[in-house]
Amino acid sequence: MTKARSNSLNTYAMHGALILYVLIALFPVFVILINSFKTRKAIFREPLALPDADSFSMIGYQTVMKQGDFFLYFQNSLIVTVASLFFVLLFGAMAAYALSEYRFRGNTLMGLYLALGIMIPIRIGTVAILEMMVASGLVNSLWALILVYTAQGLPLAVFILSEFMKQVSDDLKNAGRIDGLSEYTIFFRLVLPLVRPAMATVAVFNMIPIWNDLWFPLILAPAEETKTLTLGSQVFIGQFVTDWNAVLSALSMAILPALVLYVIFSRQLIRGITSGAVK
Amino acid sequence: MTALSLNNVNKSFGPVHVLKDISLEVEDGEFVVFVGPSGCGKSTLLRVIAGLEDASSGDIRIGGELVNQTPPSKRGIAMVFQSYALYPHLNVRGNLTLALKQERQPKAVIEERVAEASRMLGLEPYLDRYPSELSGGQRQRVAIGRAIVRQPRLFLFDEPLSNLDAALRMNTRIEIANLHRQLSASMIYVTHDQTEAMTLADKIVVLRDGRVEQIGSPMELYNNPANRFVAGFLGAPSMNFLPAAALSPGDPREMGLRPEDIRLQSGGPIAGAVSHVEQLGGDTNVILQTATAPLTIRLFGQHTIVPGDDVQFGYDPARAYYFGDDGQRVS
Repeated sequence: MTKARSNSLNTYAMHGALILYVLIALFPVFVILINSFKTRKAIFREPLALPDADSFSMIGYQTVMKQGDFFLYFQNSLIVTVASLFFVLLFGAMAAYALSEYRFRGNTLMGLYLALGIMIPIRIGTVAILEMMVASGLVNSLWALILVYTAQGLPLAVFILSEFMKQVSDDLKNAGRIDGLSEYTIFFRLVLPLVRPAMATVAVFNMIPIWNDLWFPLILAPAEETKTLTLGSQVFIGQFVTDWNAVLSALSMAILPALVLYVIFSRQLIRGITSGAVK
Repeated sequence: MTALSLNNVNKSFGPVHVLKDISLEVEDGEFVVFVGPSGCGKSTLLRVIAGLEDASSGDIRIGGELVNQTPPSKRGIAMVFQSYALYPHLNVRGNLTLALKQERQPKAVIEERVAEASRMLGLEPYLDRYPSELSGGQRQRVAIGRAIVRQPRLFLFDEPLSNLDAALRMNTRIEIANLHRQLSASMIYVTHDQTEAMTLADKIVVLRDGRVEQIGSPMELYNNPANRFVAGFLGAPSMNFLPAAALSPGDPREMGLRPEDIRLQSGGPIAGAVSHVEQLGGDTNVILQTATAPLTIRLFGQHTIVPGDDVQFGYDPARAYYFGDDGQRVS
């Protein structure tokens, strides 16, 4: 370890590779951001140029603000994402705890059944889901999306969390039982804080696809008052004409909340990803 | 009064029969040690007594009360775990008081008991620290304190010293022995370490494969083991076993000789080449390769024996143990 560290060539090569990767990963985001501040002509003439005095324009953002109720879309996306994450984490952690902690008949089968959803894409069931939502009158409500995303996120959450729950010391849970804590207190007060890194991992893995999803909002909740941000942005993309200023501005703004949530979770996330591998 | 009595307790995990017809009694104020090799079921037995596992059959009585269906917190027990199992989100005071708060004890009682326990264990300076800020020995003392404040009818210790280093282990062992004297409480202590068992116990229960092999005071078990397993398990270095025919031709039994019952004797009946010598200062352990089996011999004081020497040893026939084919003691 110390030898590798003292070898400065290795260090530079490593950092060089990492910086290169960062540049590649951030490039599309960078292009979206700079172009969102340019006039339409400037976007097409020199897509990679920074906005200058001539080409600078806020027209994209103005269009977005005028067209449709952008803040409502924003709010819808946030409600759907946060509520879905909450339910995925709550029910996922509870199921994972039951699977890892209690011995009961069919435990392994139940675990496999719950993990099955990882392999089967939920979109295959779209028609059936739509029928169900129509029957229950949930179409064009945010609940339709929250329920579907919760179902979509649970398999992976149960799978990851149950692995982590198994690592929580049995002695600790037993100490709680002897001290008279209820199973719920043991779960919420002793076990959950110890698997927080894993929870953050699950949250991030689930958050991005939900935030970016177009499919289910389009099918289950396309009404004006329940549109999500991704769906709302689609009005600027036409079959023949696309208002690139507006699209790029909408996308730039859509990055922000995901970024904020990610920053909140990221410290925990890194610990969650590495803890299984390193220990 | 009996603090604990087990009557034909069985425990199975699916097809695996872990505890087989265990019956034993723990008197009030008695220090009982469960000892046995790993996987013998001693920890499972402790968990069954604590109520963390249900017994498949049999009666468990604590203080005369049948507790088979009673949850762990209502059994009047307190447990100290090998990994300390302190609540990471609570400071030492919080760890000590949690169980009392769950029992809805009045504040004055809680404070008095915490003060008492922290005085006994020297925990006063650490009351506001969190478990992560304590050393291993301090954590174990907090874990013991958490048991003391509950004033249980029965203390359960699950290998509490295994995570401590050798010096600290000895200190804590003495502390636990003192604690037992001060509290005069009934205690059950699980360990795989026969030194801990011999030094702490009023009564030792030797377990193997989920069965009780023998119950008795340390010296009873040491001087009068019921079978080959108990004889070999207690005592360090452990007893030597050799076919009795090696010393008295025609004898079909197996003979057991404790290392300290063999002495230097020129022309003695036990002869062989020394293969290894351990000089411990106070005594000397000699590994002797005889014609039939390697023997460990413990000589008191320092001896100038080196590997390769041919040495003869004698033994006191009255202190030899004999075992039959089934491993049971014959005489």
